[in-house]
Amino acid sequence: MSPLEQTPLQRERARTIFQKGAPGRRAFVCPELDVPAVDASELLPERFRRRQPPRLPEVSEPEIVRHYVGISKRNFDLDSGFYPLGSCTMKHNPRLHERVAALPGNARLHPLQDAERAQGALELMWNLQGALAEIAGLPHVSLQPSAGSHGELAGVLLTRAYHEDRGGGGRVPNKVLTPDTAHGTNPATVTMAGYEVVKLATDADGGVDLEDLRAKADTDVACLMLTNPNTLGLFDPNIVEIAEIVHGVGATLYYDGANLNAVMGVSRPGDMGFDIVHFNLHKSFTQPHGGGGPGSGPIAVSDRVAPFLPVPLVAQREDGGYELDYGRGRAGSKSIGRLRGFHGNYGCFVRAYAYIRSLGGDGLTDVSEAAVLNANYLLARLRQQGVAEYLPLAYGQLCMHEFVLSGGPMRQRLQIKTLDLAKRLLDFGFHPPTVYFPLLVEEALMVEPTETETRETLDAFAEAIAAILKEAAADPEIARGAPYTTPVRRLDEVAAAKRPIIREALA
Amino acid sequence: MAEASYPPDLLYHPEHDWARIEDDDSQATLGITWYAQDALGEVVFFEPPALGTILAKDAPYAEVESVKAVSDVVAPLSGEVVEVNHALSESPGTINEDPYGEGWLVKVRLSAPAEREALLDASSYKALLAG
Amino acid sequence: MLAVIGVPTLAEIFERQVPAAVRLQRPLALPDGLGEQDVYEHLRALAERNSSVEDELSFLGAGMYDHYVPALVDMLTERSEFLTPYTPYQPEISQGGLQAMFEYQTAISELTGLPVANASVYEGPSAVAAAAYLAKLHNGRRRLVVSAGLHPHSIQTLRTYAHGYDMEVAEVPLRDGVTDPDAWARAIDERASAAIFAQPNFYGAVEDAAALSAAAKAGAGASGANGAGADAPVVIAQVDPITLGVLASPGECGVDVAVGEGQPLGNRLDFGGPSFGLFAAREQYLRRMPGRIAGETVDVDGRRGFVLTLQTREQHIRREKATSNICTSQALNALAGVVYLAWLGRRGIVELGELLLARTHYARERLAAIDGVEPLHSQPVIRELALRLDADLAAVRRRCALAGVNPGVDVHALGDRPQDRGVLLVAITERRTRQDIDRLAEVLGAAVAAERDAAATSELGVPA
Repeated sequence: MSPLEQTPLQRERARTIFQKGAPGRRAFVCPELDVPAVDASELLPERFRRRQPPRLPEVSEPEIVRHYVGISKRNFDLDSGFYPLGSCTMKHNPRLHERVAALPGNARLHPLQDAERAQGALELMWNLQGALAEIAGLPHVSLQPSAGSHGELAGVLLTRAYHEDRGGGGRVPNKVLTPDTAHGTNPATVTMAGYEVVKLATDADGGVDLEDLRAKADTDVACLMLTNPNTLGLFDPNIVEIAEIVHGVGATLYYDGANLNAVMGVSRPGDMGFDIVHFNLHKSFTQPHGGGGPGSGPIAVSDRVAPFLPVPLVAQREDGGYELDYGRGRAGSKSIGRLRGFHGNYGCFVRAYAYIRSLGGDGLTDVSEAAVLNANYLLARLRQQGVAEYLPLAYGQLCMHEFVLSGGPMRQRLQIKTLDLAKRLLDFGFHPPTVYFPLLVEEALMVEPTETETRETLDAFAEAIAAILKEAAADPEIARGAPYTTPVRRLDEVAAAKRPIIREALA
Repeated sequence: MAEASYPPDLLYHPEHDWARIEDDDSQATLGITWYAQDALGEVVFFEPPALGTILAKDAPYAEVESVKAVSDVVAPLSGEVVEVNHALSESPGTINEDPYGEGWLVKVRLSAPAEREALLDASSYKALLAG
Repeated sequence: MLAVIGVPTLAEIFERQVPAAVRLQRPLALPDGLGEQDVYEHLRALAERNSSVEDELSFLGAGMYDHYVPALVDMLTERSEFLTPYTPYQPEISQGGLQAMFEYQTAISELTGLPVANASVYEGPSAVAAAAYLAKLHNGRRRLVVSAGLHPHSIQTLRTYAHGYDMEVAEVPLRDGVTDPDAWARAIDERASAAIFAQPNFYGAVEDAAALSAAAKAGAGASGANGAGADAPVVIAQVDPITLGVLASPGECGVDVAVGEGQPLGNRLDFGGPSFGLFAAREQYLRRMPGRIAGETVDVDGRRGFVLTLQTREQHIRREKATSNICTSQALNALAGVVYLAWLGRRGIVELGELLLARTHYARERLAAIDGVEPLHSQPVIRELALRLDADLAAVRRRCALAGVNPGVDVHALGDRPQDRGVLLVAITERRTRQDIDRLAEVLGAAVAAERDAAATSELGVPA
């Protein structure tokens, strides 16, 4: 591209903060040394001291602000545009949540503050636990896990503890079943917890293949990990039978809460027969994604798994006050122990709690209903736009809160791949849907609009997809060379993996 | 290598690995097939096993990594590693360009040459791919 | 909309997909929704029942600390462009976040003196567990040798994870406040997968990190003329990043993997989270590192850009062979961290460290002078110190609270170890001035004296 054709952001060269500043510049002014000066070697022996200081930048405050504000402009974000990433639930992040999370009583509260002086925080956690239990249909909750995948690990470790307790020292099951449409975290988690992964086939309708499940469900199986609706956006109609088969061999049934947005107030995982549910507070409960984190992954479990929950738990005292119950970590307790420091991502609890109080039970049900409505509407709009012949729905007719299209026909007939479609969407001002997942679907495109998008936005998105396909029919090279208008164009990921450069080299 | 190719003088393992056995059955050169490299995409990393490592037929002995996937490399035959292709650390993409020539992975001294009976010839392997 | 979809009612969309047997037949039993103002008032009322570090003079530490966070961190982390995007899977429109990760990785690499760092993991103790998994993948051995100087939460977390990894945890005791060097050397043999210690340790003591690393490498026994061959266990250090301007870096000390709790770097206390965990290592472990990593590359026009790289290590591609199951990086918290480090700057991190060193030393002198209070050990301290009280610690703390002072953490209540009864952990940050320390000495002194009097009185056999 010639210099005249570039956008202003494209013309800017990427320079890191380490390439800015000059010797002597500073932002921080150190408080004065107000204690008696002591000989340096008396404070700390020379051999324990650092020889060369870390080569952090030397920049002033205005430089820092201009730098980071500057790079922020090279980011697309949810406040700025539509983000239909399947399985990510990119719903609006209400700003009230930032305000309440920033209240000093929350933000500046030390985790080891005495319970008597943290009653507000403990009550908030207790209330949140109760709300999550009601939504899940499972009575016992731990808020401790730090993210969805952390909650999954907790679930598998709980399963292990459950089986070891029942087994009384004898042989314990060593396998975990997961559908071939499962999110990548599931198999990784399973291995970390010492189990072997066994994949389950998906049937022609997109649900768990019951024949395959019956064949593989035996007493060697510790757990079946599922999400419902699944990653195809479909509610498994056989869920009750699946639960029976799994419980029949003594295994636990684990619910990956990534798709909870479809069923709040509609159907509860506990009622479907699940023993363990994890929530992603950063999905259905509006904790902002922050560019990748933080998140929070509380779990809710059935009576039979409850004895093994991590410590500490939030408990109510006889006098009506609240405390952190560490008693379970003492000898004689069956708890699996701790999964992290302190008690969880409280900042995320505040936001999730504010959300739940804002919506109430009816509001949360509305959320799921609107999410499902929006997804089905978008699916239908895409069909109306003539998109279905190139991007057919992979399974089924209707969907829940998300749907998966296959780009196979598009690739064959228009010579562009799902990747190219996604990159061209960037030029249209939309974040693309999730691509190439689930692996089961050829050239997969997973679309989750969420309930906070207007009809107008959904229409515009459908029109953009149709326009890109039409453009590709005339000239496939356009999409293949996209994007053209983003701060950088297509990046060489192969080079990045071959010779990784993962930090700025400094003189 | 743009076109699928399965040289007739090689033997193939169903996990998409090939073996070229020396005339006297003492040694074999091993690698991954055109199908494997095509499925992976451009290879970005390959770490060979150390010299002297004992390979067991059907067991994985290394990994080949591309941007989008990592794949086990399975030993078609048992033996001891006597040579590794160090050039691949600089140019792992050779595995894609020339999977049967410059893209060889290791050479082994065979411990049980009779294992070759269990391997597929080129046409059987091609049939497996088609089926 | 229903017309476009082709169904008469919304209810039908659910009826056709969700079996009646699992439909919830009643509304969710939750309080009714409230408008923003009412939600705000409710949350504010709850927050007012918490005593934050604004409400008392606090010396609480033990892993999270009340450092001063400059206003520009809040301003930047509240920006839509940093707060609301997802993980950067479409790098062309995520250069801001990816560059911030790259800068953060550079900063952590500099702090730790180790060449490769990831874009962060969840927090401190689980970072230790992640490092142990790296060791397991690296050498396949089963034993984790762990100094008792590690934070109790780290040890507990490690035990939980180790059960899943099928690894055992062997704890090495302290002597004179630091890891017992003889016990450490004895514990590390050819079965050891990793050797793990904290710097500074949980009781505030500065360890001889170089000696611990060297002993771990020599102690593998078995192979290698130089003792540090492929059979040496992976040496892991849990570090406090705020001290790394002054203390010798893990890289300088022969450590292989450095992990730590990142909260002191520009992050809130938030009653324990979210924060971030730092994770850095020697070059050879790059492909075994968990979590996200941002890498540099170029676009089709030759522009410098950044992408998530080495993703095959991560869960979503390698699946069962993944180096971890960590999906989230703590991107926003790590951003706060790198902005804070840029704000501190090359000289600031050293000056801050020196200030903490001086004030902590002063605090120990003042507090040790109190009757009934003695330092737990006489090792160098840098930002935290441990005291043993010859008085009922819980009662002492209650008295201090009445005077508006929180003197520190009751260590026994935290870690449940019998030898920690009566031990108080006092944290010093740059927000605790000399005046504050003097006030602590005064209040603590009075409280200890009062409790010792009360105990003495009751010992004289005053009838119940």
